[in-house]
Amino acid sequence: MNSISALGTDDALATPRPLLEVRGISCNYGLERAVFDLSLTVHRGEQVCLLGPSGCGKTTVLRAIAGFHSVLTGGIFINDLQVSAPGAMVPPEARRVGMVFQDHALFPHLSVRQNVASGLRSLSAGEQKTAVDDMLDRMDISRHAEKYPHELSGGQQQRVALARALAPKPLLLLMDEPFSNLDQELREHMGQEVSDLLKENDITCVMVTHDQNDAFALGDHVGVMADGAIVQWDTPYNLYHQPRTHFVADFIGNGIFLPGTVSGPIRVATALGELESDEALDRPVESPIEVLLRPDDVVHDPEGPIRATVRRRAFKGAEIMYTLRTTQGITLLALFPSHANYEIGDEVSVRLAVDHLVVFDRDPED
Amino acid sequence: MASVISTGQGENPHEHLRRPRRALNWWTGGAILLAALAVMPVAAVLVFAFGDSGDIWTHLVKTSLFGYVKTTLWLMLGVGVSVLVTGVSTAWVVTMCRFPGRKVFEWLLLLPLAMPAYVIAYAYTDLLEFAGPVQGLLRTIFGWQTARDYFFPEIRSLGGAIMMMGLVLYPYVYLLARSAFLEQSVNVLEASRTLGRGPWRTFSSVSLPAARPAIAIGASLALMETLNDYGTVDFFAVYTMTAGLVDVWLGMGSLAGGAQIATTMLVFVVLLIMLERMSRRHQKLYQQAGSRYKPLPAYRLRGAKALAAVTACALPVLAGFVIPVAVLGRLTLIYFDRAWTPEFQVYVFNSVALSAAAAAIALTIALFVAYSRRLHGGKLLAFGTRVATLGYAVPGAVLAVGILVPFAAFDNAVDALLRQTLGISSGLLLSGTVGAVLFAYVVRFLAIAMGQVESSLEKVSPSMDMAARTLGYRAGQTLVRYHLPLIRGGMLTAAMIVFVDCMKELPATLLLRPFNFDTLATHVYEFASDEMLGEASLGSLTIVGVGLIPVVLLSRMVSRTRQTLGESAGQTQ
Repeated sequence: MNSISALGTDDALATPRPLLEVRGISCNYGLERAVFDLSLTVHRGEQVCLLGPSGCGKTTVLRAIAGFHSVLTGGIFINDLQVSAPGAMVPPEARRVGMVFQDHALFPHLSVRQNVASGLRSLSAGEQKTAVDDMLDRMDISRHAEKYPHELSGGQQQRVALARALAPKPLLLLMDEPFSNLDQELREHMGQEVSDLLKENDITCVMVTHDQNDAFALGDHVGVMADGAIVQWDTPYNLYHQPRTHFVADFIGNGIFLPGTVSGPIRVATALGELESDEALDRPVESPIEVLLRPDDVVHDPEGPIRATVRRRAFKGAEIMYTLRTTQGITLLALFPSHANYEIGDEVSVRLAVDHLVVFDRDPED
Repeated sequence: MASVISTGQGENPHEHLRRPRRALNWWTGGAILLAALAVMPVAAVLVFAFGDSGDIWTHLVKTSLFGYVKTTLWLMLGVGVSVLVTGVSTAWVVTMCRFPGRKVFEWLLLLPLAMPAYVIAYAYTDLLEFAGPVQGLLRTIFGWQTARDYFFPEIRSLGGAIMMMGLVLYPYVYLLARSAFLEQSVNVLEASRTLGRGPWRTFSSVSLPAARPAIAIGASLALMETLNDYGTVDFFAVYTMTAGLVDVWLGMGSLAGGAQIATTMLVFVVLLIMLERMSRRHQKLYQQAGSRYKPLPAYRLRGAKALAAVTACALPVLAGFVIPVAVLGRLTLIYFDRAWTPEFQVYVFNSVALSAAAAAIALTIALFVAYSRRLHGGKLLAFGTRVATLGYAVPGAVLAVGILVPFAAFDNAVDALLRQTLGISSGLLLSGTVGAVLFAYVVRFLAIAMGQVESSLEKVSPSMDMAARTLGYRAGQTLVRYHLPLIRGGMLTAAMIVFVDCMKELPATLLLRPFNFDTLATHVYEFASDEMLGEASLGSLTIVGVGLIPVVLLSRMVSRTRQTLGESAGQTQ
């Protein structure tokens, strides 16, 4: 099998055990607790992503997995071997992890070829050359082999960084905000390309980012982090459509929270009328709750029961994102097709099209 | 639980994923040990001074200590005023005014930095003493016969010492004041002008207060050098604490007395360090305020004003560099055959070898400690390095006491032990060897090396370390393969500055050198003490020549600051 990674070959068939297991780790950053009792499991060939705002502890988790940060509780296991325990750790150079950084961290005094060869010193000169050539070829950077990092564009540097990290055939690839230094267009392109590359070569990868687009492009599973803990571990689709907490709903995608009260087993009374869910709400009648309304839940309908005024508009090409204010005084976000073209101050009619209600408990004081 | 390894250990193909082990930390341990060694001299002075021989204290206080302190205070006051006036005025003129020759003066004004105070003292003594060319010329012109016929100020006096040190130490203030003026926000200055303040009031009410922290740092560095000086005050017979320390130690043979004066000097050192540190904190505040660069609005000077500016800048350069170099040059030409001896070549070799070794050791230690901090951080290590790098503020004579005391104790202990057990004498093992001199150099100039190495390392992104480590390199290998090539430039600069400072160093070398061992600096000192200034001039000129190396480096940095400021501003806009 012509694969970048050696993982698939030797023992993948024999052991169905996870490749990376993080079991209940806590870490301090300086004197502050940065990570609390965090666990996650990554299987071979899986790409996962830790997503969260800056300061949520995601980078600390990544550094702990790489062996740059010690754990105070719990343990980290790579390939069934414990590499971190309280007071003890296998040094990073002995963990067989590859790493890609936001600033690419290419060695400026080495050529592209020398950079990629950095992790291959156990090989003979001939084997090294073959491996580097192969890697450069895969990453489509062979023609830049003799250049130095400062002569390369951001995208090319990114490829070199990836080639360098993958050349020693690491068990696990770690990426720290790998796309944040690229401009928007390149970023989406690289995200897709890297995702394809990792999938094709069956590479196990953990990425951290604060950008949900990067996370959704790359992660089979995404863990949303807040205050040093994973709030929800799920597929991108579920994170968007079935967020489990207010924080996740707020952090992922756009939307507003509409206050309401449970009025039946599957019904909610709100200022904009009664809404019905496709499954039981599991809350007693009269419970104060809030309902998540995504912009695509608010549909443009001239016959619709809700009247609203356009407060703001943001043209997105095929669609326009409107901020609306209903006659009841509620602010809504609505995504209309581009031909439903209104100016600020115009009156529009909408209706709510929600079949699965996402509800959270609400503090009645609010 | 923590140490239990899960199943499959035997079959695992990746053997180097081994048991977790305690992170035994050689880096931090080594760095703290090195820091402790560097602190040892100061600690030894304190321990020794407050040790047994208490009666000398009272004796010292009754007799001479008060006089030493008074003279030192006068000297520091005089030098302080002198460097402030010269440094601030030249810095302001060069940054805020436009006049012919301004760009050249920007770096010419640094030249006196190459001149050790004792060397300029020898030069001016030759020029201004009774038998010197100036008084000789005056006598010829006016027909005076003896010294009683006219008044001429005596150069070998407290006033003379103040002049000499002021002339070579003002560049510290000049450098820092200049960069403070450069960093000032143009908007603030312009606002002041539009509010109706003239150039002078803008200077006194806006520019000067904002530059005050930087100026205070410069002044505190100059005063540390003043406190350190031995060559000048000894030659001029000005009894400062340094002179007193050496006198009590060598003249009266009381090391304990020396240690007590050294302790008194440490009080001055602590005050100066506090002044410097406090000013640095203030400076940070001001720098954040005015970080944006625009070309400074310049006062264009013409006619008499331009002439005055040129004079103000030319005087310090002439008096602090050109004239003494000319005097030394003339003497060197006359006395070359007598000065250029085989012994002289040995002195040069000794100086170069010692200074090079000290630079290498200081840089190695600095690299080790700075890298340990990068690897593991930690408050203890941070504190350790801060204390260990205080050596730059401790006068060489004080360091010498602090080194000799423990070294001598060690030698005596070993000697006593060997006499008892084997019946032989080991003699001097540490004290009275070049090792003691080297130790003093390293402690005194470690701060320079540390500063350079740390700022170079800071420029290397931490992800560079992580990349190298995950590619399979251990911490030490990462340092050698990936950091050293990147920080080579900064290391070389640091090595050169330490090297030159060691070449110029006099008091510690004088007090710690082995018997009959001379460097250029001690050779110059000894010949000058014997009133053989002619024979000393070649050595003096050599020291000045070597001293020009860091000045050239600095002046290149100075002329580049404006460009780089401009470039970085261009990027942000």
